[in-house]
Amino acid sequence: MSRFHPFSWNGAVLIGVLLIGWQLLFEIAGENAMAPPIATFAYLLQLLATASFWSNVTATAAAFLFALIIALVLGLLIGFALGLHRFSAEVGEAILVSFYSVPKITLYPIVLLAFGIGMPAKIAFGAIHGVVPMAIFTMTAIRTLDPVLLKTAKVMRLAPWAVVRTIIVPSTLPEVFTGLRVSFSLTLIGTLLGEMFGSQRGLGYLLMTAIGLQNVRMIMAVTLLLVLFAASVSVVLIAIDRRLHRATG
Amino acid sequence: MNRAAWVRLGLIAAIILALELLCRIGVIDQLTMPPPSEILRDTIVLLASGSMNTAMLKTFLNVVIAFGAATIAGVGLGVAIHGQRRLRQGLEPLFATYYAIPVYAFYPLFIVLFGLGDAPQILIGFMLAVVAVIMNTLIGLDRVSRVLLKTARIHRLGPMRTALHITLPSAAPYLLTGVKLAVAYAFIGVIGAEFIMSNTGVGYEISFAYNNFDNATMYPLILLILVVSIAANSLLSRWEATLMRRRGYR
Repeated sequence: MSRFHPFSWNGAVLIGVLLIGWQLLFEIAGENAMAPPIATFAYLLQLLATASFWSNVTATAAAFLFALIIALVLGLLIGFALGLHRFSAEVGEAILVSFYSVPKITLYPIVLLAFGIGMPAKIAFGAIHGVVPMAIFTMTAIRTLDPVLLKTAKVMRLAPWAVVRTIIVPSTLPEVFTGLRVSFSLTLIGTLLGEMFGSQRGLGYLLMTAIGLQNVRMIMAVTLLLVLFAASVSVVLIAIDRRLHRATG
Repeated sequence: MNRAAWVRLGLIAAIILALELLCRIGVIDQLTMPPPSEILRDTIVLLASGSMNTAMLKTFLNVVIAFGAATIAGVGLGVAIHGQRRLRQGLEPLFATYYAIPVYAFYPLFIVLFGLGDAPQILIGFMLAVVAVIMNTLIGLDRVSRVLLKTARIHRLGPMRTALHITLPSAAPYLLTGVKLAVAYAFIGVIGAEFIMSNTGVGYEISFAYNNFDNATMYPLILLILVVSIAANSLLSRWEATLMRRRGYR
């Protein structure tokens, strides 16, 4: 793992700088606006020992997991379908990219009206966020597939399944994985937004009630948990991503 | 327009027609979504009445402020970081994980810090947008050809003229990519923040209309936001494509 050494060293320095900045900001902003790092970590640990907090965590986790699976599967299918056909890709790409740039939160009331408040709406909203990057990356991966490889397969008379297994999957994997990585973070954001706006459970809901009650400690602890989760998963995904891209050149 | 664009237009028209049909025959009920033709009529009525003008003005102004600040700060920081190798390496993990972090999670904190005014919303838009500008500025500066910079030195151009005649035009397509993302992120940030918690702006009006089952206001506002953000994005994309072609990329 020595190759990752510089990255992790920089990461450690960065975390240190961020923590110091947080403490300094606390000294300036004062106790009514913020909680200091150590107290926030302590409060988070305290929260993690309570069952009611865990029920919110699992509610968010379940919605997020479902949304991610839907986004990934749907994105793969759309990306594959568009990528295989040149003209459909040309038509579809602009629509996907425009949709990517739209503030999708404005669509949330429609999602709520269609699904009603609760789990399905949260899942749908998370999936809406994650599906587009997955589709775009998959489509690009298929379109940039080296035609020589496919011709070779034809010459060697490989069965369709063998083509998929030995050519399409290995050569598109790095790009598709990048899509998965981006999709992961957007789905998380979508799920949380869904919980903040229309929900009775979950971490997003906890954040909203904490704002209402001016519960600064709770806001900071939940934010910290979310940032820790998102950042650490993303570090692992980036490491895998880089390895995959290096392996295929 | 090429063939793909026509097909795209036809596809969108077909989807709208299908929605109209589904609404008219009652598969989608009136409480969920009014037919597209009625949404269009409501939009015209709403715009003519002028009741949303202050909300729209406020939202678009905040988007412009967030976007402008992010562009200036992003290009400035990008240029500053570009020269510092140690600093850039140190910031690498931050840039890599930045967009994985749900920035909205900080919104409650900003409300506590700055109050429920425009500042937290602009700050969210700014935070989302600025890193995209920084990252694309760095990429753009990396791609400036060494030969051109050497030529500038041979001709003894000062730093200002080197920047104006060589660095800026060479990096322009990448800077524009950053700017395009900044527009999208500023929209997403400001409207998202208005949505979650605020007392003015289009995002707030949409959620207010939702809570009052006021589809005649909600759908036109959603339509407006979609049209404006898609129009801004496609204009910038077209400009970006032109620049890229002129640079010989493509």
